[in-house]
Amino acid sequence: MEVPVALTVGVLFGSGLYLVLQRNLLRLVFGLILMSGGVNLALFVAGRLTRGISPFVPEGAYAPPMGAANPLPQALILTAIVISFGLTVFALVLLLRTYERLGTVETNELPIRLRDPHPADVSPPASSVPHATPSTESSGGTSDPEVGS
Amino acid sequence: MLTAVLLGFVAAALAPILTPTLGSSVGWAFALVPAALTAWFATHLPEIAAGGVLSSSVTWVPQLGIEAAFRLDGLSLTFALMISGIGTAVVIYAGGYLRGDRQLPRFYLLLFAFMAAMLGVVLSDDLITLFVFWELTSLTSYFLIGYKHELRSSRDGALQGLLITGSGGLAMLGGFLLLGNEVGTFRISEMLADPAALTASPIYLPALILIALGAFTKSAQFPFHVWLPNAMAAPTPVSSYLHSATMVKAGVYLLARLAPGLGGTPAWFWLLTVVGTLTVLAAAGLALLQRDAKRLLAYSTLIALGALVVLIGVGGTYGAKAMVVFMVAHALYKAPLFMVAGNIDHEAGSRDVTELKGLGRVMPVSWTIALLAGVSAAGLPPMLGFVAKEVAYETLLPHVWALAALIAASAVMVVIVFLVVWRPFAGREVTAPKSPHEAPLSMWLGPVVLAALGIGFGFAPDVLAQGLLVPAASAILGADASFYLALWHGVNTALILSIATVTIGVVLTIAWGPLHRFLVARLGGVRFGPAGAYQGFLDGLVRVATWQTRVLQSDDLQRHLTTIIGFAVALAAGTAFVRGGLALDLPAVSGTLYEFLILILIVVAALATVTAHTRLRAITSLGVVGFGIALVFTMFSAPDLAVTQFLVETLMVIVVALVLMRLPSTLLRGSADRSVRSAAAPIAVLGGVLLTVLLLAVLSVPLDQTIPAFYDAASYPEANGRNIVNVILVDFRALDTLGEITVLAVAATGAFALLRRIGARKEPEVAYTAPRGSEDDDDGNDEPREGKGSEA
Amino acid sequence: MNSLILRTTTRLLIGVLLLFSVFLLLRGHDLPGGGFIGGLVGAAAIALYAIAYGYEHAFALLRIRPRALIGVGLSLAVLAGILAAFAGEPMLTGLWWIREVGPWTVKLSTPLLFDVGVYLVVIGVVLRMLFSLEEH
Repeated sequence: MEVPVALTVGVLFGSGLYLVLQRNLLRLVFGLILMSGGVNLALFVAGRLTRGISPFVPEGAYAPPMGAANPLPQALILTAIVISFGLTVFALVLLLRTYERLGTVETNELPIRLRDPHPADVSPPASSVPHATPSTESSGGTSDPEVGS
Repeated sequence: MLTAVLLGFVAAALAPILTPTLGSSVGWAFALVPAALTAWFATHLPEIAAGGVLSSSVTWVPQLGIEAAFRLDGLSLTFALMISGIGTAVVIYAGGYLRGDRQLPRFYLLLFAFMAAMLGVVLSDDLITLFVFWELTSLTSYFLIGYKHELRSSRDGALQGLLITGSGGLAMLGGFLLLGNEVGTFRISEMLADPAALTASPIYLPALILIALGAFTKSAQFPFHVWLPNAMAAPTPVSSYLHSATMVKAGVYLLARLAPGLGGTPAWFWLLTVVGTLTVLAAAGLALLQRDAKRLLAYSTLIALGALVVLIGVGGTYGAKAMVVFMVAHALYKAPLFMVAGNIDHEAGSRDVTELKGLGRVMPVSWTIALLAGVSAAGLPPMLGFVAKEVAYETLLPHVWALAALIAASAVMVVIVFLVVWRPFAGREVTAPKSPHEAPLSMWLGPVVLAALGIGFGFAPDVLAQGLLVPAASAILGADASFYLALWHGVNTALILSIATVTIGVVLTIAWGPLHRFLVARLGGVRFGPAGAYQGFLDGLVRVATWQTRVLQSDDLQRHLTTIIGFAVALAAGTAFVRGGLALDLPAVSGTLYEFLILILIVVAALATVTAHTRLRAITSLGVVGFGIALVFTMFSAPDLAVTQFLVETLMVIVVALVLMRLPSTLLRGSADRSVRSAAAPIAVLGGVLLTVLLLAVLSVPLDQTIPAFYDAASYPEANGRNIVNVILVDFRALDTLGEITVLAVAATGAFALLRRIGARKEPEVAYTAPRGSEDDDDGNDEPREGKGSEA
Repeated sequence: MNSLILRTTTRLLIGVLLLFSVFLLLRGHDLPGGGFIGGLVGAAAIALYAIAYGYEHAFALLRIRPRALIGVGLSLAVLAGILAAFAGEPMLTGLWWIREVGPWTVKLSTPLLFDVGVYLVVIGVVLRMLFSLEEH
């Protein structure tokens, strides 16, 4: 069954790559999620697939039964799942803040908005108004203290 | 000894919790910790004085021959007593000085962490252990200098200190590794046992230079001295503790510790004496430009540090003796002087010695302390400082150039002492920005005790010598260094030189006003020498970074990513193709219909995510992919993974929903087709195919079972666990897991900080407004700070 | 969400779920479970409560700030590593304390302490992210 799973990994990873290369940051985050799913499956399948025998030592025994599943990739993937969750949430929060500050999540518009947060032809989202005032902490140098720091 | 060090760290961990409950008595209560440590170290005095040595060690990284080894001899004990004893005074003092400060819990955490790390430095008998504690002192110093992080001067000073001591520490680590590699052990005591092997080795000179770099940066030797005056941005308790009595002496300590092994060669002598002399001269000259009491004291600390390095460089019984006497005398007078400077600042509202007058009338206790410590600092009898200076002069008699520099610097010391302990206090009329009062008990008890010790040991220096300093000097010498100390040596060359010094000092003091104005007018605006070089280096770094960012990274994220990913995919594909690692010999496909259906479901859902134009469709298809993967884990004997994946998917849906609720529903519409002409599709297809092909190549060779077989066999017998995956996570590879949960904590903190900014903006924070007055003058601000602090 | 059914079931379930999360944590060394899984179940339980009753109530139920959970969890994990030093072993070596207490075998160990640390960090991280998003 390894070969079909390897093919699935290819589709997941390719779809993820395609989304990561999009202009829309939300799609980028979705792409990251797909990619990490693909990579986890890739690790899993590289350690070979086993049906029905989990990597546990049964009561009364000192080693798992012959042919038990490979525990090493499982340990790697378990933390990888939780970590990618944490980092995905972080990416989502970054995206949310980007939208609130700059009113867009399109990467090609970001540099323009960074220079001028409120171009005349685009009306900013309501939520970005109260915190667009420059921070009192700003030390000059960059046009936007929060993003520049 | 491990316990002594750990006690400090435990105190650091508990400090933030206990600070609020202890209220205004916090300084007194916390002082019990360093006081207990002082008492504990003091009980070992008789044993050490009799020539004994204590040692203990704990296995750390046996594979690399690294142990957490500790050793208490005369030198370590001298330092340990200074660290814990002055620490006691500082902890009490800080309780009064920073009363009501909102960051007090953080302050005590850092102070105790520093104390523990510093004890670790002086007790370590293993170079790697020493290095770890050494870096910890740099880090805690960084946070303490930047304590008032709302001030730019604090942040800059903190960064400068960290960059300079940190790069020195890196060089030092290189030196340590060279030494350890050559000798075959990192144990300091074993290394020093055979000095001939060290000095004759080809790595001697590079190792010496690298280690000296570490010591010189830490002890602020020329040309790395620039960071120390800027570190005066720290609150006064920190300045008196870290930046005069203890941390800056870590470099001196290291040189003294390694002197029996590395010392005694011409390279050692010239390196240390020349750098030390330059430091003494530079500090003496620059001190004349200062008016700020703390900066004046900082330059006088530099003079002392330079002198100590010279004395270690000279070596021999005389050098070792002079060094330990000078160091203890310095610690006993400098810490009280700093605290008095803090009292002036705290009570009178300024540290500019020309702005203040007549404080002695309202602050008699502080003045008395200042005078006692000042007389010692100026090297006048009957203080320990006098004894120390006499001994130092005697030692340097054969090296006239170094002696001349020290005499000049000692004369400047007289000026500094006059400016700090006489000028602000003398006079009938009180002149100060605030109406001054005497400082509270907590702010003068510690300095009184220290200054009293200075006069007590001045009268009976031999008590100190036989009890502590002879063993300490013996440790520096690597042999027995018996000597005798007395206040009065009769009329000899050193005494005549002392009289000359004081005479020059008095002349300089009288001429100070015009001289100071002249020097400031000529040199005040110039950022010359090492300070300018440091600034230039930082500016250059930023310029290079800006340039390379402009060249290598375009503004357009999409193009940027396309370049990186496209290159990576092409590289991997090209390598695989050229090296011919793709001989496929695939295992037979055998699976149930159910298994195939789930894989097909994942594929369909992934493609649906790619083409999704609404939020709902995207979330749903992502969810299907996630649960599909969980089902794959279920089918192929990975119950832990399946459960984790199910749970994460559930939480992910909640988070994505929370985020998307705050974004407009039209966000996904339309933009997918715009990039059809881009390289995204071919790169994605190539990348997906590449990963599949690589996986198939992996599957074509038999799996190496060595590591899984070890885990299978060891899990229950060695780690008492039947769930092998869990055993790997919490036992065999626990260090990895520790790293991973740290990453999680950082991600959560990062997300929190990003989201918090809005809340922070709604209520403007008073403490973040621009600093008032000049950059240094609001040290010890006792007004409560509003709007900052606990954020959750 | 203002749903009576959700609220009622949540109130019934929350205790069971939290208990279950601790159960998963404790049995993790021998059976499926462990700090990561237990922590995720615990976090999901409190997230459910937050959805039903609002995050202020979930906050009150928790009594401890999520960031304190993260800090305590990390400290416990580090402590579990350092304890080995007192037995003269390299850092993170597992130490075991196994006793028969009546009919039960009590197994305490530094890996278990480490896993408790992981458990607390995971709960703290998930909740801190959720709460700050909710609050936003």
